[in-house]
Amino acid sequence: MIIAEQKEISEIINMVGDHRKILVIGCDTCVTVCLSGGAKEVAILASALRLAFRVQGKQVEVNETTIERQCEIEFVDSLESMAKDKDLLISMGCGIGVQTIAERFFHLPVVPALNTKFLGLPEKQGVWVERCQACGQCVLDKTGGICPISRCSKSLLNGPCGGSQNGKCEINDEIDCAWHLIYERLKALNRLECLEEIMPVKDWSTSRDGGPRKMIREDMCL
Amino acid sequence: MKVGSRLETLLTQGEFVATAELGPPKSADLELIKKKAAILRGYADAVNITDNQTAIVRVSSIAAGKISLDEGLEPIIQMTCRDRNRLAMQADILGAHVFGLKNLLCLSGDHQSFGNHPQAKNVYDLDSIQLAQMVKNMRDEKVFQCGDEIKNTKKSEVIEPRMFVGVAANPFADPFEFRVIRLAKKIKAGADFVQTQCIFDLPKFKEWMKMVVDRGLHEKVYLLAGVMPVKSYRVLQYMKKNVAGMSIPDELIDRMKGAEDPKAEGVKICIELIQQVREIEGIRGVHIMAVEWEAIVPSIVQEAGLYPRPQIQ
Repeated sequence: MIIAEQKEISEIINMVGDHRKILVIGCDTCVTVCLSGGAKEVAILASALRLAFRVQGKQVEVNETTIERQCEIEFVDSLESMAKDKDLLISMGCGIGVQTIAERFFHLPVVPALNTKFLGLPEKQGVWVERCQACGQCVLDKTGGICPISRCSKSLLNGPCGGSQNGKCEINDEIDCAWHLIYERLKALNRLECLEEIMPVKDWSTSRDGGPRKMIREDMCL
Repeated sequence: MKVGSRLETLLTQGEFVATAELGPPKSADLELIKKKAAILRGYADAVNITDNQTAIVRVSSIAAGKISLDEGLEPIIQMTCRDRNRLAMQADILGAHVFGLKNLLCLSGDHQSFGNHPQAKNVYDLDSIQLAQMVKNMRDEKVFQCGDEIKNTKKSEVIEPRMFVGVAANPFADPFEFRVIRLAKKIKAGADFVQTQCIFDLPKFKEWMKMVVDRGLHEKVYLLAGVMPVKSYRVLQYMKKNVAGMSIPDELIDRMKGAEDPKAEGVKICIELIQQVREIEGIRGVHIMAVEWEAIVPSIVQEAGLYPRPQIQ
């Protein structure tokens, strides 16, 4: 899922500026699961904003709502009645949610309350880790199900660099060396011979480097 | 011979080679490059010109390499995968050839978080093995990475850059058993010579070399053992704690600590290591990494019995 975290409240207040009628919008999908932009976080942020504006002596109306998915127009459409009399929308969705709302409500400003971090999973309570960089050409079959693109600090394709020590990455010992993990897993699977093959130069055109991406399924198009 | 560089020629002649390192300045200081080159001239068969080492901006390795060449050195251009994509790499390789540079060392490069621009975007379009393969293919297949022939127009003649391909090997990084597989891959990719990470832990190095020899890799590539003179025990302590992929025995730190003249002791240890690695089967030379201490290289080379350097026959 998409992992995001809330921006500093001071940054969000700055983004509000002189707006007076605000709608804080949560999303029930990824950001609810990663505890950054669900109904609960929306309630907390809306309360914090009301309090901050009261302290500042400003008359600001803060409303709140949470929709199923901010990344689908059908759900974003449902905001129509609540959004129409507002002068600012604050999205607590990921970057995709913010943009879907911006596209749908062309004449209303929308600002992000979250920083979208990465595609990953909760490793344990309160800790999320990255697992995929959406490079568009999956190599997990060759790397024991462990992604070197997203999990090696240098996205190396042919094994660990000289900075791998005690299973940790050279950049800090909080990060596992992806290639150490790959080595251990392929060893356990009795497939170490995979590592003898040179992985060819990667075609990055399927990644962001090929420009903004689009997927078309002719069979699904109406 | 593939390239006919001085380094390749001496290795082919069967000489025990000595290479050194020249770190370009962190400013546009031409005179410093010349000064460092003058110190090393005659004492090293070839000299690595580092490429933004430890991710700190310096004079580019190719520019400093060209100056060094003019000053009478045989440069080994270092190229990291951190700062350039395949277009920039190939453009620089063509440029290096045009300048008369003939040796290229292919490296991953330290992560930018170590350097003075930790907020930089890194590249890693290729990794060091893919870079070695590309440089070899440019030379032997006369093609760019995309497969196009290396010629200016359809009717032009092919003029390919010819580099003696070097790679690094770190026997002290983990997973230890993978390190020989990685060397084998680098050789398969096209490495002609290898320079190892600096050796302080001789028993571990010997263990790795045994695996190298068992696989017959020493017969497929020229292996140069890396050594580093240190000025004080603090340097060793620092590296042990902060530099990933180093193995530094405590006895060595204690020996440096107890020394009356630590600089002299550091040099002595370095010379002892040179003599010890020279005895190991498969080692064809040494790479002396006197980081920001180029001035010590002549005396190390002399005292290790490596002076005068051999001539091309």
